[in-house]
Parts: sequence; C-alpha cells; structure tokens
Amino acid sequence: MAEHPSTLAHQFDDVEQQHEASNLGMWVFLITEIMFFGGVFTLFTVYVSAYPEAFAQGSGHLDLALGTVNTAVLLGSSFTMAMAVRSAQTGRRNGQVVYLLLTMFLGLVFLGIKAVEYLHKFEQHLVPGPNFSFASPLAKNVQLFFSFYFAMTGLHALHMIVGVGILAVLLVQAWRGRYTADYCTPVEVSGLYWHFVDIVWIFLFPFLYLVARHAT
Amino acid sequence: MSTSVGEWRQHYLNAGYSVRSWLLTTDHKRIAILYLASITLFFLLGGVLAGLLRLELLTPHGDLVQAETYNKLFTLHGITMIFFFLIPSIPAVLGNFLVPMMIGARDLAFPRLNLASWYVYVLGGSFTIVAAVTGGVDTGWTFYTPYSSTYANTNVILTALGVFITGFSSILTGLNFIVTIHKMRAPGLTWSRLPLFIWAHYATSLIMVLGTPVLAVTILLVALERGLGIGIFDPVLGGDPVLFQHLFWFYSHPAVYIMILPSMGVVSELIACFSRKRIFGYNVVAFSSLMIAALGFLVWGHHMFVSSQSMYAGMIFSLLSFLVAIPSAIKVFNWTATLYKGSIAYQTPMLYAFGFIGLFTIGGLTGLFLATLAVDVHVHDTYFVVAHFHYIMVGGAIMGYLGGLHFWWPKMTGRMYPEGWARVAAAILFVGFNLTFFPQFILGFLGMPRRYHVYPPEWQILNVLSSAGASILGVGYLLPVIYLLWSLRYGAIAGPNPWGATGLEWQTPSPPPTDNFEKTPVVTEEAYAYSLPEASRG
Amino acid sequence: MTHNIVPSRIYLRVFVALLLLTAITVGASFYDLGGGRLHYLNAIVAMTIAVSKATLVVLYFMHVRYSSRLTWVFVGAGVFWLMILIVLTLSDVFTRHWIPVFPPWGSTGPR
Repeated sequence: MAEHPSTLAHQFDDVEQQHEASNLGMWVFLITEIMFFGGVFTLFTVYVSAYPEAFAQGSGHLDLALGTVNTAVLLGSSFTMAMAVRSAQTGRRNGQVVYLLLTMFLGLVFLGIKAVEYLHKFEQHLVPGPNFSFASPLAKNVQLFFSFYFAMTGLHALHMIVGVGILAVLLVQAWRGRYTADYCTPVEVSGLYWHFVDIVWIFLFPFLYLVARHAT
Repeated sequence: MSTSVGEWRQHYLNAGYSVRSWLLTTDHKRIAILYLASITLFFLLGGVLAGLLRLELLTPHGDLVQAETYNKLFTLHGITMIFFFLIPSIPAVLGNFLVPMMIGARDLAFPRLNLASWYVYVLGGSFTIVAAVTGGVDTGWTFYTPYSSTYANTNVILTALGVFITGFSSILTGLNFIVTIHKMRAPGLTWSRLPLFIWAHYATSLIMVLGTPVLAVTILLVALERGLGIGIFDPVLGGDPVLFQHLFWFYSHPAVYIMILPSMGVVSELIACFSRKRIFGYNVVAFSSLMIAALGFLVWGHHMFVSSQSMYAGMIFSLLSFLVAIPSAIKVFNWTATLYKGSIAYQTPMLYAFGFIGLFTIGGLTGLFLATLAVDVHVHDTYFVVAHFHYIMVGGAIMGYLGGLHFWWPKMTGRMYPEGWARVAAAILFVGFNLTFFPQFILGFLGMPRRYHVYPPEWQILNVLSSAGASILGVGYLLPVIYLLWSLRYGAIAGPNPWGATGLEWQTPSPPPTDNFEKTPVVTEEAYAYSLPEASRG
Repeated sequence: MTHNIVPSRIYLRVFVALLLLTAITVGASFYDLGGGRLHYLNAIVAMTIAVSKATLVVLYFMHVRYSSRLTWVFVGAGVFWLMILIVLTLSDVFTRHWIPVFPPWGSTGPR
C-alpha cells in the first residue's frame, strides 16, 4: 500500500496505524453513545413496566405509518452509506458522490417526516407542558410517555442533524477526489457513526411506536 | 545531557512564545500545562469555598451566612472540586504529559481532540462560574430530583449544562488514552512491560468512557425538565425521583474511581523509584486497576440505601461494595511489600506516597463501614461520610497528585523545586488534613448531619478543631503554588533523570523536545528494572 | 479491517432482511401475543427482532464480522455495560414491594 504523507498525521508511524487508531477511536466514541442513549432507554423501560396502559395509550397516538416509513428510510440510508464506504474503498469517486448524496437525501427525508410528526403532536396538544391535554384518566402518565417521546426522538434527531452535517463535509471532499482506496478512513468512521444512529432508531421504533396497537 | 545556562536547546516550552502557539497547540505537553493552569484556578476557588464553609461552622449558630447561601456554598464547593479539579487533575495534567512519553510515542492518537477537550473544559467551567456569580445553585453537587428539576429557584440549568459540557472533556481524554495505549506503544513495549501509571490511566479511561455519558444524559434530562417541562422525574406525572439517583450514581460512583485510580498509578511509580525496587506483584496490581474499574460499576446503590431503594437491591449492592474494596487493598499490600527491603529515600514525592497509603487506607476502611447496610442507616448523610470521602479524595487523590507533580516537575519544566520547602509543605498538609477531617468522623458518628450550617453547641469543639485544620491546609496548599512558580525562574536546572528512575520519559531531556524523542525508543526490559542497592541517582 | 471489501450483494441482502424484519415487527404488534398487563410476550418479540436488526447492521454494515478481536471486545463491552445499568436498576424497581413497608404506630398493619 503506497504511503500518502499528506494524509498521514505526524503522530502516527504509518497509514495502517492511523487507520486502526481512527477506527478504534470511533468505536470507543460509539460506546459512549450506547451508554448515553442507554440511560434514557433504561428510564423508559422502568416506566413502561410501571404504566403499561398509559404508555400504550400514548403510543397509540403516534403515527405508526409515518414511523414505519421513517424506519424504512433510515434503513435505506444505512444501505446507501455502506455502499458509499464501499465506493471509497474501491476508489470510485462517482459512486462515493452518488451514495453520499442519497444518504444525505434519505437523512433529510427522515428529519422532514419527523418534523411533520412533531407538528401533528403540537396541534393535538400532546407536547408536554402547560398545553398538554389528553382525554383519559391516565393523562398524567401519558404526559410522561410523551416526555420520553420528545426527549428520545429529539436527541436522536440532533444526532441525525450532526450526521447530515458530516455527510455534507464528506460530500465536498469526495467530490474533490480526496478519498481513494489508500485513504478513505474518514468515510469509514463516518459510516460507523451513521449506522449507529440508525441502530438507535431500530430500538426507538418498537419502544415508542409498538407499545400499543393490539387488536383488542 | 543537561543544558548549562549558556547553551540553548529547543524544547516544547520555547518552541513558540506567542499566545496563539499556546492556545492553538496540539502538543500534548502544552495542553497538559494549559490544564494545569486551569485546574489550579478551580482548585483555589473550591478551596476558598471550603474556607467559607468551615468559617461558618466555627460557631453552632448560622451567623456568617444564611442557610440558603450555605447551601450554595457547599454545592459549588462540591461541583468545583469534583468536576473541575479532581476528575481532570491527574489524567489531564500528568496523564496528558506522560502517557505518550511513557509509551515512546510522539503524541497522543488524536492531538486536536486533546486540545478540544481543554476548550470544552473551559467552556463548561465558564458556564458554572457564570451560574455561580449570577446567583449560585443550591441543590448539592448531587442535583437530586425533584428539588433540582422542579422546586429549586436557583441556576440549576446553567450549572447542569456546565457539568454536561465538561463531561465531554472527560470523555475525549479517556477516548484518546484508550486508543493511544492500544495502538501507539513503542516497539517491544508489550502490555506486561507498561508502567503501572499507564495501566491506571487505561482503567480510568475505561470508566470515563463508559460512565460519563450516563451522567450526561441524566443531567441533560434534568435541564430539559426544568427548561421545557419534559417531566421525566416529576412525581406529579408519575415520575420516580429515585430513578434519577440510579442514573446519577451509576456515573458518580465510578467517578470516584476516576479520581483515585490515576493517583494509585502515580503512587506505584513513586514507590518503585524511591525504594529502587520493582513493584511487588506487578501483574496483580495491573489487574487490580482493571478490577476496580469493572467492579466500581456494580456498587452505585450503596449511595441509596436509605432512599427507598429495595432492600434486596441494597443487600446486593452492599455485598458488591465489599468486593470492590479487595483490589484496592491488594494494591496497598503490594506497595507495602515493595517497601520491604527496599532502599528507601524520603524525598518529597515519597512523602506524599506515604501519606497516600496511610490516609487512603483509613478512607477505604471507613468506606466499608458505609457499605454495611445497618451502619449506613446511622451515618448516611452525616459528617462520617464527608470525612470518609475527604480522606480518599484529599488524603489520597490530592496527595498522589502533588506527589506526582513534584516527581515529574523537573521533567516538565527542566527545574527542580526547593526540596526543603516542599517537605515542610507536605508535613503541613499532613497535619492540617488530619486535624480537619479526623474530628469529622467523630462528629458524623455522633450524628451531625452534613450540609447543615448549624449544630448543637456541644459539638463546637470538634468543629473548631476541624476549621483550624482547614486553615493549616490552606497554608499547606498555598506553599506549593508559591515555590513551584518560584522554581520556574530560580530553581536548580534539572537533567534528564534527576531521580535515577526507570521509564521512557526519563530517557529524554528535561524539558522534552516537542516530538518527545530523537528517535522512537525500543523497549527490551520489564518496567521498574531497578537494581539494588547501587543504582545511581541523578 | 483494512479494506475488507464486502460485496454489494451482501449489503443488498442485509437491507432486504432488515425491511422484512421491520414488516414482521409492525405486523406482530397488531396481535396480542400474551403476557398479561405488561404484554411482555409482545415486548419480547419486538425486542428480539430489534436486536436481530441491530446485529445485522453491526456485523455487516459496520463490518464487525470482518473486524479484529479488539473491535469485538469493545462492542461487546458497550452492550454489556448497558446491560449492567438496566439490570441493576430494574433489580431495585422490581423488588421494592417484596418487603412490606410498615406505616407508623397507630395505623393497622403493613401495606
């Protein structure tokens, strides 16, 4: 593998070391993210077992169709991201650009649908706070559910926005031909981040949207 | 190869004098110095706050400050000392400086992330300072809900955000160390040849990375609850305030191991050097660091024995808390065994190491009292707890920090500190420390609650002793600030290895060149390859 | 893992599998599979499917299948540590009512 001194940072002895270090570094960061989101998931688990009916009622007021579409959109974006990484690994500039664009596009679709959902919640008075109203004796616990809904999807959306920003940077660099088979580390580690954000949604979806919906 | 006054040699300190060269540096050594300056400032702030607390406690009545003000004082004291002094202290100063050097690397794996971690620390610290001067916060450093999330009317959000931001500084440092230690060791430097300082920092970094995010999300949820009304801990909505405690202590207990493990790493280095012996049971000591890190995550419920936590959970946590004492005890035994038949020298770093071993042992043993469910019911939230953790944090961690600072001072600055003054300061600190905190064990056992600014008059004598000790401590801490600064200009010039210590960091000039080594060292022997008794010094 | 280049068809198959699993989990949520008040059989099915999806993403999209043992250790440690948080916290919440709490003197018997 040829050395590219301009892409080799001075603290590393060779490109291999840099690549392994960057990879490990991103995985360590993702572990912090597992614990970060894990904290809220832990809280949610406690509460859903304490208030199953209230959480089911709250969950029933989420838009399952939009949630499912969003899940498919995000899974698709993971697929296109994996293909983008593959294009970088095989040194295909056009492939990189196309797949990175697609990933960004799908990410923005996800965020757009999320925004629509948030708007609906606002109109239905389901945003926790003084304007919350829900016709049920369990309204207080339902408000708890929606606190989680907004906290969890909000944090997730923030991570998505950061991800889209990273993709934009990658896109510009890929367009300039900076990533080749010998140096595609930034694309690879960004891919890891993007997939992780997808995994958080893979768990958010059943936790939030699928608590309810049983044919009674 | 010491530099005489006439020669000029380029090293990391004179490689650029502009403010920009310091504020935009990616050199781990300069970043360590940046941290040194900032944490010292926060330490002085925390110390002043402690002084005010002890001043109030001189008399049984609340005559210096009102109760609400007192609450703000101890809250800020705790937050400053824990998040802005103790947690960064050794890793961000000594760790940043020494980890790359001890493993023969030119820098950490991610130098720019390292600089970012300092800026994040400063940003978080600024939030907290602003919160302090615009009214303070009175929830205690533990931010318990629902007081912090609903009922307090102080600057909770600002402080919570400050702590949240600073947590990322910790995470970035830990991430950097983990990757560096895994991937950038010099040729021949296998895991079993690593200095125990590195093992300690590796274990600490694992805790930083696994625990801090949980605190981050928890404190963020409290801020969101206050700011946006997203009520997750609000009992009115069915929320459980004890859940906050679970998530808070899931981090904050391992956090105490973040604070003590690096100090233990320092002590291992000091004991080895100043007894001219390999640390007894190297493998076990290294493994103990990992065990403390792992077991430390399983015991957090011992802070919650009287919180309405399930008693069965309490029993499990109590048992696990006993287990976690074992690796710490193993270290103390191994250090002692190292001393046996060693050639002991009593320079200042060694004095601090001795202080650490004695005071940490007392602190650790009293931890076992607290881990005992029935005893804890009596002494929970009393001064017994306060004394316990100060023995570990001040008698242990800070002594380790000072010992390390003195030991590596010649390496970092190229100057020796004045040994006479340093020994005096160490002695003053030891006396002041015990006078301050030993009476607090008694006070706690007698029933004096913590976080109270008034107490029954019959306890005044013990409180006066404690406050007197605090003033002595203050003097003891000011002395190093003065003479260490003095030594920068007037201290004796230090050679590459004034202590005759083993370790790669001593194979390079003092202060080191920017890239640490002329060429990458190759390691061929075990750590602490001292030979008795004729090893030369200097 | 330097340039373990995974064939596109593997990515495609994983993607299709993920979509299928999503369809199954949504479909399953329309039926009450049992588990009393907590509907925990539904929860178990949903969690199993979610874990399977996450595993596919981790192994194939994130290349862990082709990665070093060090990576596996770190991934495993992250998951394991999250389990510690969840299990020990739940161990408190679920066992709180095992011991009766006695109200003050004057009232009648344990709650």
